[in-house]
Amino acid sequence: MIWLGLYNYWIVIVLMMIGFYIVIAQGNLVKKIVGLNIFQTSAFIFFISLAWKEGGTAPIALPGVTEYSNPLPHVLILTAIVVGVALTAMGLALVVRIHEAYGSIEEDDIHEQDEYQ
Amino acid sequence: MTEHLPALQVVIALTAAPIVMLLNRMPRLAWGVTLVTCWATFAVAIMLLLQVADGSAVHYDMGGWAPPWGIEYRIDGANAWVLLIIGLVSAVVMPFARRSVEQEIPADRIGLFYSAFLLANAGLLGITVTADAFNIFVFFEISALASYALIAMGRDRRAILASYQYLVMGTIGTTFLLIGIGFLYIMTGTLNLGDLAARLPEVTDTRTIRAAFAFIAVGVSLKLALFPLHLWLPNAYGFAPSMVTVFLSATATKVAIYVLLRFVYTVFGFEFSFVELSMTWVLMPLALLGIVVPSLIAVFQDDVKRLLAYSSVAQVGYMILGISLASALGLMASVLHLFNHAITKAALFMAVGCLVYRLGGVSLARIAGAAERMPWTMAAFVVAGLSLIGVPLTAGFVTKWYLLQAALMGGLWPVAALLLATSLIAAIYIWRVIEAAYFRAPPDDAREVREAPLALLIPTWVLTAMTIVFGVWAQFPISAARNAAEALLGVPQSW
Repeated sequence: MIWLGLYNYWIVIVLMMIGFYIVIAQGNLVKKIVGLNIFQTSAFIFFISLAWKEGGTAPIALPGVTEYSNPLPHVLILTAIVVGVALTAMGLALVVRIHEAYGSIEEDDIHEQDEYQ
Repeated sequence: MTEHLPALQVVIALTAAPIVMLLNRMPRLAWGVTLVTCWATFAVAIMLLLQVADGSAVHYDMGGWAPPWGIEYRIDGANAWVLLIIGLVSAVVMPFARRSVEQEIPADRIGLFYSAFLLANAGLLGITVTADAFNIFVFFEISALASYALIAMGRDRRAILASYQYLVMGTIGTTFLLIGIGFLYIMTGTLNLGDLAARLPEVTDTRTIRAAFAFIAVGVSLKLALFPLHLWLPNAYGFAPSMVTVFLSATATKVAIYVLLRFVYTVFGFEFSFVELSMTWVLMPLALLGIVVPSLIAVFQDDVKRLLAYSSVAQVGYMILGISLASALGLMASVLHLFNHAITKAALFMAVGCLVYRLGGVSLARIAGAAERMPWTMAAFVVAGLSLIGVPLTAGFVTKWYLLQAALMGGLWPVAALLLATSLIAAIYIWRVIEAAYFRAPPDDAREVREAPLALLIPTWVLTAMTIVFGVWAQFPISAARNAAEALLGVPQSW
């Protein structure tokens, strides 16, 4: 049962693979960004999960509480989420510019246009 | 003042970036502020290198919080050397940038462009200076995000696509690094590199630590463009504005190599990386393939910028080869090549930048006969090209010499033979450019062109002269590289 008990980590792996697959297999540039987001989210869940402690509460000093979850990974992931937002914005901004320049956001279309150039 | 140098190294560029952005309406002033910032950064890098020249290390607690709770900046021979490379390249590229950027970037975006450049610069410096694993990830993303914006400003529409591809692959790389850092944190409860190194031996024989090593190695290899993870590089460098190509080709991959070295040697340790996990047998085949295949592809390129970009992938192969030899001499050759390749490739891309400035493009057909009208530019290209090939009396020769020695000391004479053979391939692709520029008649519709302006020529020749100076009087880079290798290995060597 220890395997099932670690189900957070299974979800992390499943999400990571789904995200990774979308990035590789999708020809649509916006969908690729979405895949990248799912991929990054799996890393976020991974960090949040590893901070959890059995019987621990939120890391706030309360009388009578001795077990806390580790707050550090939470803080790290707040930073990483900000980075992720910036990356998504940057990626989508590039897609907008690609659409202006090529009139398409399908990878095959774009490569075809460049070959005829 | 001097005790705050490690923080200033990053903070100067980081605070200048928003100021430069506000000066967007005044391109000249924005350029001036960026120039002064880069020179200040270079001065700080020199002072730091002098401080650690005796083999000591400088510690700096960010905000006064003692490590491992606070973020520590730690500078030893290894990262001071990389800081010097970044500082030097940014200091030389800025005088070059003014005319080049005025021509290639729309006037209403020049301030924003320099702001992004400063952020990329600060990010790279931050990666190098910090001793905190998570901080490395954050600075990686700062420099990467700024680089995506810089690359996308290229004039060709394919620049945007190249930037997008770099964004996707770069993000996968840094996320892998993040996951690896998470695994390390699970097992040790710390993010400080020195602290990690102290606590890892207890838990080293676990699958978690091996997975952490794999994630970090693959993630960083994506960033440093190790063959076959290099696919983003040729397009990104090929279509970026001239000044961006000069800066990134000389610094971005070098910093990623430094991060790999830091994790392999300082955090995981030589024993774990090379004895238990046999890194040699992973890195060496990839390094050798990475030298041969991109070199061959470079021979068939028609655009000089892309040709040099493929050559950059091959040069990364040389650096990784030195690491994979798992000897002090090989490591020192790699660290030395970081510097020698940075000045050589920056000089080459600057010469290309001069050609772009006058000719508008650098396909072999377009630069035909250019040498007659731009003799100084092409002379710089030839000299730096010789250094890239590794001809004696140039900087490139010095590293090839040490690399060859390291390969022979390891008893790997086929590798040594391959090194010589690939130098010949480099001679072929450099020759193709020289042949076009010197021996072909200019195309009929060629524009009447003059020599590149002095503002572009002087920085180009400063770096070109350095490839000769550090090829003849190699004492300074060699002693600094030895110092860096000793800092990574943690024990004094008898050279």
